[in-house]
Amino acid sequence: MRTRETYLVRAAGLSLYLFAIVISMNVCADERFASQRQQMVREIRQSVADTTRYISKSALNERVMSAMGTVPRHEFVPPSKQSSAYQNRPLPIGHGQTISQPYIVALMTDLVDLVEQDTVLEIGTGSGYQAAILAELVHKVYTIEIVEALGLSAAKRLQKLGYNNVETRIGDGYYGWPEQGPFDAIVVTAASSHIPPPLVRQIKPGGIMLIPVGSQFQVQQLTLVRKDEKGDVITRQVLPVRFVPLTGGH
Amino acid sequence: MKPPLISIALICASALAYEILLMRLLSITQWHHFAYMIISLALLGYGVSGTFLGLVQERLKGHFQAAFEINAALFGLTALGSFLLVQSLPFNALELLWDLKQPLWLLAIYLLLFIPFFCAANCICLAFLEYPEQLHRIYSFDLLGAGAGAIGIIGLLFVMAPMQALKLVSALGLLSALIACWEFRAGPGWLKLALLFAMASLLFPGVTPQLRLSEFKGLSQALRVVGAQQIDRRSSPLGLLSAVSSPTVPFRYVPGLSLNTPAGPPAQLAIFTDGDGISVITRFDGKLASMEYLDHVTSALPYHLLDKPRVLVLGAGGGADVLQALYQGASRIDAVELNPQVVELVNDEFADFSGALFTHPRVSVHISEARGYIAGHFEKYDLVQLALLDSFSASSAGLYALSENYLYTVEALGEILDTLRPGGILAITRWIKLPPRDGLKIFATATAALERAGVAEPGQQMIMIRGWNTSTLLLSNRAFTADQIDRLQKFSSQRWFDLVHYPGIEAGEANRYNQLRQAWYFIAARELLGAEREQFFEDYKFNIRPATDNRPYFFHFLKWRSLPEILSLKGQGGLPLLEQGYLLLIVTLAQAALASVVLILLPLWLGKNKAKNESGGHWRMVVYFFAIGGSFMLIEIAFIQKFILFLSHPLYAVAVVLSAFLIFAGLGSALSERWSTPVSRPVAGIVVISLVYLFLLPPLFHWLMPLHDSNKILISAVLIAPLAFLMGMPFPLGLSRVARHHATLIPWAWGINGCASVLSAIFATILAIHAGFIVVVLLACVLYILAAMTLPGKSGAGKAKA
Repeated sequence: MRTRETYLVRAAGLSLYLFAIVISMNVCADERFASQRQQMVREIRQSVADTTRYISKSALNERVMSAMGTVPRHEFVPPSKQSSAYQNRPLPIGHGQTISQPYIVALMTDLVDLVEQDTVLEIGTGSGYQAAILAELVHKVYTIEIVEALGLSAAKRLQKLGYNNVETRIGDGYYGWPEQGPFDAIVVTAASSHIPPPLVRQIKPGGIMLIPVGSQFQVQQLTLVRKDEKGDVITRQVLPVRFVPLTGGH
Repeated sequence: MKPPLISIALICASALAYEILLMRLLSITQWHHFAYMIISLALLGYGVSGTFLGLVQERLKGHFQAAFEINAALFGLTALGSFLLVQSLPFNALELLWDLKQPLWLLAIYLLLFIPFFCAANCICLAFLEYPEQLHRIYSFDLLGAGAGAIGIIGLLFVMAPMQALKLVSALGLLSALIACWEFRAGPGWLKLALLFAMASLLFPGVTPQLRLSEFKGLSQALRVVGAQQIDRRSSPLGLLSAVSSPTVPFRYVPGLSLNTPAGPPAQLAIFTDGDGISVITRFDGKLASMEYLDHVTSALPYHLLDKPRVLVLGAGGGADVLQALYQGASRIDAVELNPQVVELVNDEFADFSGALFTHPRVSVHISEARGYIAGHFEKYDLVQLALLDSFSASSAGLYALSENYLYTVEALGEILDTLRPGGILAITRWIKLPPRDGLKIFATATAALERAGVAEPGQQMIMIRGWNTSTLLLSNRAFTADQIDRLQKFSSQRWFDLVHYPGIEAGEANRYNQLRQAWYFIAARELLGAEREQFFEDYKFNIRPATDNRPYFFHFLKWRSLPEILSLKGQGGLPLLEQGYLLLIVTLAQAALASVVLILLPLWLGKNKAKNESGGHWRMVVYFFAIGGSFMLIEIAFIQKFILFLSHPLYAVAVVLSAFLIFAGLGSALSERWSTPVSRPVAGIVVISLVYLFLLPPLFHWLMPLHDSNKILISAVLIAPLAFLMGMPFPLGLSRVARHHATLIPWAWGINGCASVLSAIFATILAIHAGFIVVVLLACVLYILAAMTLPGKSGAGKAKA
């Protein structure tokens, strides 16, 4: 009997010990990720400072930077890529999709210029990282994903992380989400050969749509579609980097 | 005893077939430029073979037959096995610059694919060692076999899928081992049985492994969409075509569609070539009204300036440009498409869907390469449309930087201008890239073409507009009229397209709807038409000088001086400015050069033994075999390019020219012994013929261009014959001198020759990009002369003969 009790006590002790280790490991991991995240934010700030002259601002919106420092990017990448989650690089997330380099995510989010009351539509949920960043900044985010497996796991992930202001849908983003529109901003991360006219119609007067153009791992250029109060549309195309194509006296 | 000549020829045929096949396979699973890099490095197997056998030749004495059979059999087994292993590695080319593990996977791929080439090269080198007195015949069968392999694999790829062809090539490797047993009249019974069994299982039709495409290729991505499925797949040496339907989420592929279009496209099927490069077949029920969207793209502009034009579409693809011409009321349409299987898909397999578009009464389709078609036909057109066929992602990432393109050259645009009726228009649509690159390069190329045609003010005959993702350039053989300019302005403003250039454009008219930070396109067009053009080419950070037939690299934009700036922008999303294709070429050269230096020097360090006292002799030998290995390849590659234009078909050109070179060189090698000539004679012949061809071929080709294909192939073979015949001589002449004086150095010479071939193949492309193919041929001539001056054992050989 005694031996059995001793055994039970020891087993319980051991379990507690192991539990403590697991917890502390998690705490350690969380702390590690948090510090990596802050380092990432510092790197983005530095890059922006380097680019000041070109993007005509000395820093990105503080709210955007704070969102970048809050959203746990490592939760949005596959376990095998978690150790690289906070490096300033694009990462594959499975199903042939990627998440952009953090600098580009920050720049894009800054470019759409959001305020708290805004409603945003995102086309191309991917792992849900961009949606989470947007959710930190605005009242409501609607996001549509075309690949079922990605959409389902992103929805689950966003819910688990407490992003209750994000609504996810699986389907064709071409027609937008007319029931919830028009939107203050639309972010289209899925590649397209042309800008879907239904999406242009769902931009609020004074609103904006942003479309990164390029391939997986590479955002070549950003297209901004701005609708003025009268409903007229103008697009602006920007390079995400400070690069003037001419040298010399031009 | 006779060398196993049939086995040697067969193994060389299989190895060359394997090389071409790998290029196909890796272009499908990865991308063309990675395929190029991987295969270049794998081909160093030839160099490694020389170094390896040089070191172990003593130990192999007396085991020649077994070593030969084992290497032949191993080639057969690893040709398939290595590729399957490569497919299972988690290599992602797109992460090379980001993920430190990727270069290691790449190294693993090199090592795996190098094995079959190493084994094949061992067979030949072993034969050289065993039968030094019959070098000429062995080398001759090597080349003849390779020539047959080159043409054989291209024929094979017409009748079977690449993976089936891989099984067959693998089986041929095993067959060569079996034939070797028969030629030696030796070899254990179990080995023959095992070989037979392995061959039978390879040829068993039931099990063919699947190709695994990178998950980042367009086809892989399209198939992930709900409801999307592959509905047809057909393969030829021109590419693997996959037709995909996506009923739930339609494709809607319309590059350049205006933002304010009132209409969208009907249902479409996508065709992917080698898993990328989308083209679409659009549902067409004969009612043209549903094609209204095709009036809202930049390429619709010329139809607003012409009335019921007679149209030539170069690059018909799935038929979007043909539909556009029909919608716009073209009186007749000639559509040219290179790949007959694309036309089959539109006209036969999906005839119900496409309305058998190419059989429409106003449409004639022609299977031909674009320039060959223009040269062979004498009709005149009101409008020639150069379709936008390359995909944006591949184009923007610089993946085509290595590909020669003979359509976007000054000469090609000049020839197209000649096919225009008075007042006719050539329209070229390109992707918009930031900073502007190909839009400006085509503008510069068009300006040069007009100037070459004697136009004093090219700007009067050019118009350019741009939308948010495409630009369209028009050039005419007459100045545009005020009425046409009026229509241009209406067309553009209604569709929110920006004016880049028209005769009389004002700065305030540019950069209105799709705003760039500065009106780059307008500014560049003005500069390119002005007196400061040269300065602009210099100052622009990308290479936008016109492409020519001598330097047909339209998609090469990178300037070395911009590289440090671009690399410093890595953290800020600057890497897309890099042109991967070109950089990989440089990286490939660097890797191959490093490996070659090690391979060539290793025997010197390790085997400080044989003939050490022959000071100077070693270096002469290195120079000789390096020079002839390199120059053979330089000439072969340069003339393949020359003949591509003449044969008007990249595939025929490669197959015909490569085979002709190898086969006639094989004959030259066979006869070199009988003629017992000093090497200076064939070298003099090679240099003279090469130089004569440089000047003779362009006018000759121009004159003979309208001939039928079969005649052109025959003429090509006749032209190549004397040159290649002589080029087959220096290697056996040199090697037999080595055999006479220091036979143990044969493997080393073989290895040096192998390394030089690999290096010069890569270098030829770099040189052609920067200096043109003429310089490639001139360099080859210099190398041949150098070789003649350093022939190893020159004096000794003279004495021996005397």
